[in-house]
Amino acid sequence: MSQTNLLTTTSPHVHDGDSVANVMEAVIWALMPATAMAVMIFGWTALLVILITTLSCLVTEHLFLKLRKRPSAVADRSAALTGLLLALTLPPHSPWWMCVAGGVFAILVGKQVYGGLGYNMFNPALIARVFLLISFPAQMTAWPAVNPLFSEQAYSLGDSIAIIMTGQSSAPELADAVSTATPLGQYRTETGMGKTVQDAMGGKYTGYDEVRAASGLIGGSLGETSALLLAAGGIYLLRKKVITWHIPVTMFAGCLVPATIFWTFDPAHYPDPVFHLLTGGLVIGAFYMATDMVTSPITVKGQIIFGLGCGLLTYLIRTWSGYPEGVSFAVVLMNAVVPLIDQYTRPRAYGQVA
Amino acid sequence: MIDAVLSMSGMALAAGIGLGFAAKKFYVQADPLGEKLVGALPGSNCGNCGFPGCQAYADALVASGADGNVAINLCTPGGTPTIKQIADILGVEPVAAKTDHGPRVAYIDEARCIGCTACIKACPVDAIVGANKQSHTVIVSWCTDCEACVEPCPVDCIDMVPVVTSLYDWRWEKPAGPNAQVAA
Amino acid sequence: MLGSFHGGVHPHGNKGMASHKAIEPLPMPQRLYVPLHQHAGQPCDPCVTVGQKVLKGEEIGRSDAWVSTPIHAPTSGTVVGIEEYPAGHPSGLTMLTVVIDPDGEDRWSDSIAGIADPMNAEPAVIQERIRWAGIVGLGGAVYPSFIKMTPPKGKKVETLLINGAECEPYLTSDERVMVERAKETIAGIEIMMHTLPTSKCVIGIEDNKPEAIKAMTEAARSYNGIRVQPMPAMYPQGARQQLVEAITGKQVPSGARLVDIGLLVHNVTTAYSIYEAVVHGKPLITRVVTVSGRGIAKPANLETLLGTPIRNLIDHCGGMKPGVRKVILGGPMMGLAVDNLDVPVVKGIAGVLALLQNEIVDKPEQPCIRCGRCVQACPMSLVPSEMAWRAKVNQLDVMPELHLNDCIECGSCGFVCPSNIPLVQYFRYAKLAIQADRRAQKKLDMDKARTKAKAARVEQEKLEKERQKEAMKAAMAARKKAAAEAAPAEAAPAAPAAPATETVAAAVATDAAPVAEGAAALSDAESKAARAARAAQAARAARAAKAAKEQA
Repeated sequence: MSQTNLLTTTSPHVHDGDSVANVMEAVIWALMPATAMAVMIFGWTALLVILITTLSCLVTEHLFLKLRKRPSAVADRSAALTGLLLALTLPPHSPWWMCVAGGVFAILVGKQVYGGLGYNMFNPALIARVFLLISFPAQMTAWPAVNPLFSEQAYSLGDSIAIIMTGQSSAPELADAVSTATPLGQYRTETGMGKTVQDAMGGKYTGYDEVRAASGLIGGSLGETSALLLAAGGIYLLRKKVITWHIPVTMFAGCLVPATIFWTFDPAHYPDPVFHLLTGGLVIGAFYMATDMVTSPITVKGQIIFGLGCGLLTYLIRTWSGYPEGVSFAVVLMNAVVPLIDQYTRPRAYGQVA
Repeated sequence: MIDAVLSMSGMALAAGIGLGFAAKKFYVQADPLGEKLVGALPGSNCGNCGFPGCQAYADALVASGADGNVAINLCTPGGTPTIKQIADILGVEPVAAKTDHGPRVAYIDEARCIGCTACIKACPVDAIVGANKQSHTVIVSWCTDCEACVEPCPVDCIDMVPVVTSLYDWRWEKPAGPNAQVAA
Repeated sequence: MLGSFHGGVHPHGNKGMASHKAIEPLPMPQRLYVPLHQHAGQPCDPCVTVGQKVLKGEEIGRSDAWVSTPIHAPTSGTVVGIEEYPAGHPSGLTMLTVVIDPDGEDRWSDSIAGIADPMNAEPAVIQERIRWAGIVGLGGAVYPSFIKMTPPKGKKVETLLINGAECEPYLTSDERVMVERAKETIAGIEIMMHTLPTSKCVIGIEDNKPEAIKAMTEAARSYNGIRVQPMPAMYPQGARQQLVEAITGKQVPSGARLVDIGLLVHNVTTAYSIYEAVVHGKPLITRVVTVSGRGIAKPANLETLLGTPIRNLIDHCGGMKPGVRKVILGGPMMGLAVDNLDVPVVKGIAGVLALLQNEIVDKPEQPCIRCGRCVQACPMSLVPSEMAWRAKVNQLDVMPELHLNDCIECGSCGFVCPSNIPLVQYFRYAKLAIQADRRAQKKLDMDKARTKAKAARVEQEKLEKERQKEAMKAAMAARKKAAAEAAPAEAAPAAPAAPATETVAAAVATDAAPVAEGAAALSDAESKAARAARAAQAARAARAAKAAKEQA
């Protein structure tokens, strides 16, 4: 009669073969060029920050799931991705304890307390970054200058370990000397003192120009500097259909359209849109943070509203708030309204009138 | 000091009077809980819940309130829908049905039935048909699983048998969910 | 201008295994198991008895219900059983089945005859023939075709759509019918157009079947009003709503019938079956079944008698390779998986697939990561993920808002879900749970009504008995009084007593409460009346029970 080796599970019986792990892995791969670039331009410290953060995410995930008596989901790559994303938002010289605190916070408070993968409300990496930014403002805004690997002023591996583990290197004078500001920080500080954008950017901070910003040779968090490589990864994700265009495009539009308008009318006080695009975390935010599936709307209309909101809030925060950079806050704030957006943007079902 | 005491007392007094008036003016006749509960129960007074009739069970539920001294899943004929309604009325979480057996119906062994009509008299929903000295039978779709007919039968020919699932009422189960494979 | 529909997916077609295999008849099986419910609607009751000889095409099951169609003997032989037999269903449950031992002669019943000139026949004649022939939608919905062929009064079918999309992967039976039997199919379509009547017909065929498109275009050339419309392959294009949207650009309003917007969709093989029934008088006793999948040694398209165990088909195709994990009746997107190879082929089964581990999805469910792919894939523009998580926590009351009932269970959402969530199963669970809740509530209401009725009746009986007692007492008193009066008078007869007794008997006879309470106390005449009333009640109850059963 019946053969027990035959399954009688529900249809559909075939599948396109994609999996959560595949999705996460694709995003990790897409981030690899920018990650490599980060290590290249910031040196071994960058690598250490990335490793410590990712590892603490993985360990937290594993231990917490064990505590909850759930199968370990480390294999689904989502914790690794969270760790990598968080690391890329940290300054190159983040002390080890900050990396660990961020990683633990991201997984524990950002994800597992909600019930684990799929249930969290906020992007775990960003909520951890916000947590670190508020808790440790000094460490989170200490920007060493670009310090490429294998260049003359590069730290040795030993120095790098010392910087991350103890906060001091054997060449402290070097560390002090290279402290700098991000272009966005520069702009906010200087214009805040009444200078025009042109004066501000032409003054103490001389490192900024479009080419350097696009390639990543500017100060900033590890992963946010190389707009070009980040965009390349983003396009790879679009082509692989891991993400759709709706959120990135609308997020760029939400930030750059107001930027263009204000710049057109008052270029002395408002920097041009290219500056907004190439500096800070707009590109990494638009392609990798806002598109986090768990914390973004599932409907197309919702994604468009969400993207616009993220972009607009980014611009508002960058221009008028107390913080020079606003991508993390913008995305986290928009995360909070995702359920609402989803509820009001349900597509019109087939055959339903209006 | 005295100013403070006076002013505070005055405010308290004013608030108290206001509240008192409001309570009288906007008094809402509370919908009698018991009545609602009786409405939710099948009303066959079968006694399966351990109380003498549906009204008594409803009263007991009201008396116990939301404390849960009296379980809300005692009504076997009502089953899950009734549990849901009671939970709704009392504002508590629905619980699983009490009985571990699934739905059952009375079955009369017609070979042993002597046609005494005792079960017909006992059945609160007229689900048993038959005449004096003739074998009786149960209208399966009317039977409420209340067991009221089992006791009165002098020859013990009534059994409660589980309802057999047919192709027509077989249902896809709810999937076990993502946490089905809980680590040991 | 060809439109398209929202969503949809592109599963690998896998049609190459069988698409070039010509239809071949399957040898007569040793025993046929013909289930009595192969269509949407009411099951048939058997109209043969065990031991009876039947001829090919003879009716063996029918139903008085409107939404039903007869079942016929697939070949000549002897009925050896009418019994519960496993049906082709994942539950493994049984269905009432007529078991026939073929006599090998395969002799048609004498009554088989075509309609001489169908194009001049009354539509009613053709409609009745389609009903009699047991023709149902062969795309899988198995809805009786004669109902669709009988437009309700005041409704007109502007365009007849013929569904040759065959969007399910692996399946090639419709394709082979179109390639090999194009002429007959077109003739069937012409008969349908005459019957409805309508002057316009569009045949939608996916462009992964160029041979079929060519053959059908060729065959339709000489007919005005029949047009073959190639369509880019996309699942689920063969679902009626999606076919309608792709071809006409219109959406079928939720809850409406196609005829409400002047359309009708029939499967292409249904059209062929209508041709066979009308022109040759042959009822639906056979169908083309694709046997395929990587677990099948030699895939084929088999002309199969209904009632043939699927084991016969698989064996004929060289048997199953080791490592088959799923045997599916129908296509891999919507078909039913079974674990019993003895189940019979029925009208709705277009394919029998044996799939290996690497062809199927067999991974544990993971949490939803809200990627939204299901939303993009859903051809009904629903939000599958939300429906699933609401179903998971039994929030069934919001389902109407999410239009759960519009879900066609096509499986597109499950196909793309990276978390392998059995979305369709959640929907089926929720749909059936809602139905069951509704039924349970209805029964509860009925229980209450019955309890009330009985209580009232018992009460009335009690009152009635008291009244009787009073009457008896009064009669007794009267009699005593009369006797007392008569005693001194000596000669006076005791006449008044008789009318009093009659009154009591009459009162009992008109009593609507028949239960035999205190029957022994009543006189002979009284208990007779009570018995009559009781019998009437029993009959009433039995009738009501039957009605309730039918309703259910």
